Amino acid sequence: MKKTIADLEKIRMEVLKNIDLRNSKEEVRIVVGMGTCGISAGAREVLNALVEEINRRELKNIKVVPTGCVGMCRLEPMFDVYKDGEKVTYVEMTPEKARQVVVEHLVNNRIIEDYTIGKRAKE
Amino acid sequence: MRDISLHILDIAQNSLAANASLVEISVEETSDYIEVTIKDNGKGMSEEELKKVTDPFYTTRKTRKVGLGLSLFKQNVELTNGSFSIESKPNVGTVVNAKFNRHSIDCLPLGDLLETFITLIILNPDTDFVFKHKSPVKDYQLDTRELKTVLNEIKINEIPVINWIREDYNG
Ligand SMILES: Nc1ncnc2c1ncn2[C@@H]1O[C@H](COP(=O)(O)OP(=O)(O)OP(=O)(O)O)[C@@H](O)[C@H]1O
Ligand SMILES: [Mg+2]
Repeated sequence: MKKTIADLEKIRMEVLKNIDLRNSKEEVRIVVGMGTCGISAGAREVLNALVEEINRRELKNIKVVPTGCVGMCRLEPMFDVYKDGEKVTYVEMTPEKARQVVVEHLVNNRIIEDYTIGKRAKE
Repeated sequence: MRDISLHILDIAQNSLAANASLVEISVEETSDYIEVTIKDNGKGMSEEELKKVTDPFYTTRKTRKVGLGLSLFKQNVELTNGSFSIESKPNVGTVVNAKFNRHSIDCLPLGDLLETFITLIILNPDTDFVFKHKSPVKDYQLDTRELKTVLNEIKINEIPVINWIREDYNG
């Protein structure tokens, strides 16, 4: 159905209500590779799976941002998760794997080592 | 690149990398062609840069020696006997135009244009976009600046807003 501006106003009020309930403690940052290599390897679908799963689980204070090619095109799609002062790089992602990362890493605090690039750098 | 919507997402990344505050993406379909225009007000390119830009061995990025996006796009358009052009002015912006010939067996499918629009909004809530998709059965236009005047302090990439855009497009 074609949506109206009135619908949008309603959405604004709803979102405003929910924002008040949010605890704005520390942020998690997810940086997704959106260069040509990433996009052609499936980054758009991986990104959408991330966003969908984050919302399905109602996780707050998570920021998803793009980056360009980081020179490891063969490992795309990839993204970095910055959480608790630590950076973890997940490589050769699929929408399914990305959803697992949200559940394990963001919800259960367990890094999925099998999907990481292997080098975990303390920030 | 699997389809035209992914090419568009990729070419728009160049506009964002060029610090554009406004990116206009227009897709017009007829039974004969698919025409794509991506216009930005980013930092643009000098004549010198512009000459090299569709050469796969030219890139300003430092992590890799070749740039792929534009040369791949151009190549895929020209495979269909279509047309490709790029214009740019420093401090004014860049316009990329591509017309795919649908009668060619090499013409890529359009793909999921809505997902490309939404991905751009989700990742770049502070950039403004004008999206247009015209076909014999569709005449869609979205200007994020108009949405933002209604949304005020609410970010345009809040999920309820994204869902509103989805329904608006499919309506
Ligand atoms: N809209 C634009 N505005 C300003 N400069 C641009 C624009 N589009 C392309 N360029 C310049 O042209 C270069 C080549 O672009 P191209 O998309 O082919 O490769 P890339 O972006 O460098 O790498 P890749 O697309 O493979 O990730 C860019 O590095 C940039 O310097
Ligand atoms: Mg590019």
